[in-house]
Amino acid sequence: METFAVQLKNITKTFGSVVANHNVSLDVRQGEILALLGENGSGKTTLMNMLSGIYRPDSGSICIDGREVSIQSPEDAKRLGIGMVHQHFKLVDIFTAADNIWMGMEPTPFGLREKCKAVDARKGERGFFRLAKKTGLVFRCAGARFKGWFLSKKRNARVAGIVQKFGFELDPAKKVYDMSVSEKQTLEIVKVLTYGARIIVLDEPTAVLTVQEIEKLFAVMRRMKESGHAIIIITHKLNEVMEISDRVAIMRKGESVGVVNTADTDEQQLTELMVGHKVDLKIRRPEVQFDRPLLEVRDLTVRSDEGSVAVDKVSFYIRGGEILGVAGISGCGQRELCEAIAGLRKVESGRISHEGKDLVGLPPREIIAEGISMSFIPEDRLGMGLAPSLSIADNMCLKDYGENKWNPVVNRKKARAKARYVVEELGVVTPSIETPVRRLSGGNVQKVLVGREIIGNPNVIVTAYPVRGLDINSSYAIYDILNLQKEKGVGILFVGEDLDVMMELCDKILVLCHGRVMGVVHAQKTSKEELGLMMTGSLDLVSLKEDKHLGIARDSGIDDKESA
Amino acid sequence: MKEKVKQPFVRFVRRENVTVRRTAAVLTAAILFALVLGAVLLAFNGTDPFSFYWTVISGNFANAIAFRNLIRAIVPLLITSLGIAVAFKLKFWNIGAEGQFMMGAFFAMTASLLLGNALPSFLTVVLVALIGGLGGALFGGIVGFFKVKFGTNETLLTLMFNYIAQYFVAYLLNVDFYRRPGGGIPVFKSLPTSAWLSEIRIGNFSFDTALIVALILVTGIFLYFKYTKHGYEIAVVGDSPNTALYAGMNVKKITLRTVLLSAFLVGLAGALQLQGPASGHTMSTGITGGMGWTGIIIAWLCRLNPFGILLGSSLMGILERGCEIARLNSGVSAASADILQGIILFSVLAFDLFIRFKPVFRKKTEGLKGGSDETAGQPGSDATAGEG
Amino acid sequence: MEAFIQFIVQSVRYGTPLLFGTTGEIITQKSGSLNLGVEGVMAVGAIGGFLFATWTNSLILGILAAFVCGALCGLLFAFLTVTLQANQNVTGLAMTIFGVGLFQFIGQNLTSGSGFPAMSAELAAKVGENGIPLLRDIPVVGDLLFSYNPFVYLGVVIAVLCWVYLFRTRTGLKVRAVGENPAAADGVGVNITRIKYLNIMLGCGICGIGGLYLGMVLRSGRYDGYGDWIAGYGWIAIALVIFAAWSPAKAIGGSFLFGLLLSLQAYRGAVVSIWPAGLSWMNAIPGEFYQMLPFLLTAVILVITSIRKKKDGGSPTALGLNYYREDR
Repeated sequence: METFAVQLKNITKTFGSVVANHNVSLDVRQGEILALLGENGSGKTTLMNMLSGIYRPDSGSICIDGREVSIQSPEDAKRLGIGMVHQHFKLVDIFTAADNIWMGMEPTPFGLREKCKAVDARKGERGFFRLAKKTGLVFRCAGARFKGWFLSKKRNARVAGIVQKFGFELDPAKKVYDMSVSEKQTLEIVKVLTYGARIIVLDEPTAVLTVQEIEKLFAVMRRMKESGHAIIIITHKLNEVMEISDRVAIMRKGESVGVVNTADTDEQQLTELMVGHKVDLKIRRPEVQFDRPLLEVRDLTVRSDEGSVAVDKVSFYIRGGEILGVAGISGCGQRELCEAIAGLRKVESGRISHEGKDLVGLPPREIIAEGISMSFIPEDRLGMGLAPSLSIADNMCLKDYGENKWNPVVNRKKARAKARYVVEELGVVTPSIETPVRRLSGGNVQKVLVGREIIGNPNVIVTAYPVRGLDINSSYAIYDILNLQKEKGVGILFVGEDLDVMMELCDKILVLCHGRVMGVVHAQKTSKEELGLMMTGSLDLVSLKEDKHLGIARDSGIDDKESA
Repeated sequence: MKEKVKQPFVRFVRRENVTVRRTAAVLTAAILFALVLGAVLLAFNGTDPFSFYWTVISGNFANAIAFRNLIRAIVPLLITSLGIAVAFKLKFWNIGAEGQFMMGAFFAMTASLLLGNALPSFLTVVLVALIGGLGGALFGGIVGFFKVKFGTNETLLTLMFNYIAQYFVAYLLNVDFYRRPGGGIPVFKSLPTSAWLSEIRIGNFSFDTALIVALILVTGIFLYFKYTKHGYEIAVVGDSPNTALYAGMNVKKITLRTVLLSAFLVGLAGALQLQGPASGHTMSTGITGGMGWTGIIIAWLCRLNPFGILLGSSLMGILERGCEIARLNSGVSAASADILQGIILFSVLAFDLFIRFKPVFRKKTEGLKGGSDETAGQPGSDATAGEG
Repeated sequence: MEAFIQFIVQSVRYGTPLLFGTTGEIITQKSGSLNLGVEGVMAVGAIGGFLFATWTNSLILGILAAFVCGALCGLLFAFLTVTLQANQNVTGLAMTIFGVGLFQFIGQNLTSGSGFPAMSAELAAKVGENGIPLLRDIPVVGDLLFSYNPFVYLGVVIAVLCWVYLFRTRTGLKVRAVGENPAAADGVGVNITRIKYLNIMLGCGICGIGGLYLGMVLRSGRYDGYGDWIAGYGWIAIALVIFAAWSPAKAIGGSFLFGLLLSLQAYRGAVVSIWPAGLSWMNAIPGEFYQMLPFLLTAVILVITSIRKKKDGGSPTALGLNYYREDR
């Protein structure tokens, strides 16, 4: 019978009442890349966290090289040759690259017993010499052990050697806080390789990388595969799965739904397996008579937290009844753009105008009063927009609790009514409206958030990644909600990540690359290839056409003389 | 070939929800456990623990005077705890209550000495108390300002401010305005009688007006947290500052305002303590009696709930006064109160785990060596190779 | 001049308990635990060490006992905050109440009972300002560097060793990693629980020796049946941790500087006498100000460092936060 590098058998893991993994089995051979495919929230990361010792399975067993093992901690995982590169890097910021690797290194054992045995085994030496040699060994062993306590001065050089051996580029003396995302990822990979990992788990490694960096990463993975490592890559991007993997294991809602050879499958089949039923990818796009421009952004420049220019002279406008998509690799200024519009971030220069009224410099509260609503879903879903420990009802009045200035008491009655309405209309699954939002599932959290935004009757909605982490049905529910708003004449800025969705849902798509607008295209007329080229900066329509008026509406509400 | 399958005997899993009933049960268990532990310690010391405990509890209620003293011990602790809870609710770790208490008392003393007996007593009492509160607020507000402006670590800064206040007050003993004339060990002047709190008498019982203030504050803070816009803002900012910003809240303003309120209450406690009979209407460098520290622990262990704090500070007061009575009656060392306090606090802290976490014990079959060794080496029968 | 030398010598004597307390607390804090109970730990170390020293009539056994008592307090702290995930601030404060209470409980019971034990003449001589033979006879330098009681040298040696431990050993690297980002350290197989337990215990043990020093040297082993021996030194030690930017090496200089501030109150006359014309203003400043100065300085440093926002200012990033692996 074939021996697998990793075998997971009937793993079940629950968090409270939520079943994250149910009876999942999985196996990986040596020298094989297995893609673990599934939508966000399908339990991929949870499953892998059990392999790397972060969680313990409730039931089921794990075999490494055919032997059943118990992984109680990351320490156990490391000893068993399992290394995981987490999506959110686990690095000590103030350490150098070398120290980040060094902190998990144990001094190389001197092997006193083995060396003594070697002396014993040698024939022809007299007892005295043998004893002397052994005594010498004992002293050298003690010396080595003593030296092993201390940090070697040569650790930078040693790490540089390791980095070279694996064929990477990395400055071992560089502090992590000075590193770019891709450098950090390289460091994480070098780290697990240094510890002698033969089973390597990569959790969504491409999410933060540019196209070139992804190519480099894939080259690395192929090399590791050739040297006999077993690699598991967690992803939900089909093209990557097809490109890099040998086999694909698909998970859906915490269960394993099948394993296929990559060569024998195609994206269509994988999608079916992933989402469970044949998806009509056609998202409804109602035709709406465009209205005047509601929100206009002109030459907007915004800085990131670190002080670099995150949004660089961006201009665009949204008309009523229009969905403008914003595409781009994550971290290209989308967050800063949204925050600037919502008044959460200082505007360096440029204008944001709502129906002719300048918003720059206004506090968030007044922008909300203007009728601009923002639902921003950051990476940690509950970080902004909702207060996780507060109830659904309490979260409903987050934006308008301050109305009726002279009343010092929060109007909970109204909030509860709203909560009941949202729960009913959007089908939020919850025990009651007094349940803390933290205890809801991802899709329901999202519905609460979007529901609250819509209930305030805004005329501009800024929404970022509204379907991140949602299952297909919830996603479609959200699309429907947005389309309904669009039909009501609301202008929508939709910051998204899935190009297929954006091409079907949006009217126009604006592409950002490193804070600059690469162009605005009609969603029906563009292709994925064109968008992809623009996202990576290979195609710059703005400079190509030298179209000065790009992003400026003919019937602009901004008085040009004033702004000039 | 032996792969040791080790499994910790017990591990803890975070609970999804925290119920009031379990909280109450666990806390009761914790206090009982501590009392048993304390009894052992007392027995070693040659004290009969049962009669000691009986004295501690019953002594407080034996007569009107003991009960009055009990109330006097509880009230300042209660107000201090309430003040601390306000800041903690915002996750502003104000551990500077000692200093704010002290400065509250200092401001009250200054105001009272300046006002003398010129104004009607009622007016003077209120004015002095309010100025004391403002003094505490000012002192805490400095830290709040740095926190808001530069993100200074408030835990460490408030800690430093405690001692700045303490030595400042110690210095005042050199100032003629504050020092009682005459030689010998320098002592502070007593407050003019106008600033003294009045006593309210009902039948045999009497209590200070501070008790009424405290009870109003308990209810007030409860309502403030639960119903007002300010309370709502505190809850949101404490839960998620980013969300608060997004909702258009002025987080800096809210933080500063809440810190000021917190320090105001603590300062008020200091002023009332000074104006009340417990301090002999006189300032001293030891006027806080460690209430700034105890208050933090009470506020935290009572989950920042005003009525919980009322209960917690009452229990603490009973323990402290009761131990004092036991000392007077039977000569048990005064320090036994501190030790018992320490043991109870540790015990409650330890038992707190069982409110938030669920212990999961090792399953007998899983941990046994034989079972796992047998399966090791041969892949399970149900492990099918990849299909397709 | 004589008076000035005397002043410096006093500063060092007053600074030494801070050196122990600070070094210990740095070790604890570098592993990510903020123990506000230094005062209590020192009190327990003081009484435990002192009783054992007088009982066995041995200084070394006394120091060991002080270390063990401190470490036991550390064990309690670690059990509560690491295993039972209790809030560190609150646990630290409870430790202060408990430790000081225990000291007074034992002290008062002894005073009222069999009498508080006194140091034998032999023991008292051992902790006297004996200095190092021969070297102490060098003029000026001998007085300034080689005239102290054994604790002073022990303190400096411990501080240096702790610096080497934290910044030059493999384990030290792991300790710092745990204090900075426990999840990262956990991920590479560092045993967080073991590192935290060991460092909290080691740190508290060192604090305990500082308590013993206070009792045996500064208080001469006398107890008045009231209060405790530590009298705020533990809190100054916490301030000093910040002042020393979490480096045991800087703590050596820092603690003697703080000792200088503490002894200024009593000895400022000696300082003024060096240059009466220029320094007479020092007499005008009230003594309490000098006592306040360590805290004031630390507060100022806290504010300044927060304004400058340096990335590696020494303060462990995960200080005061409990680590629970399954939290995301």
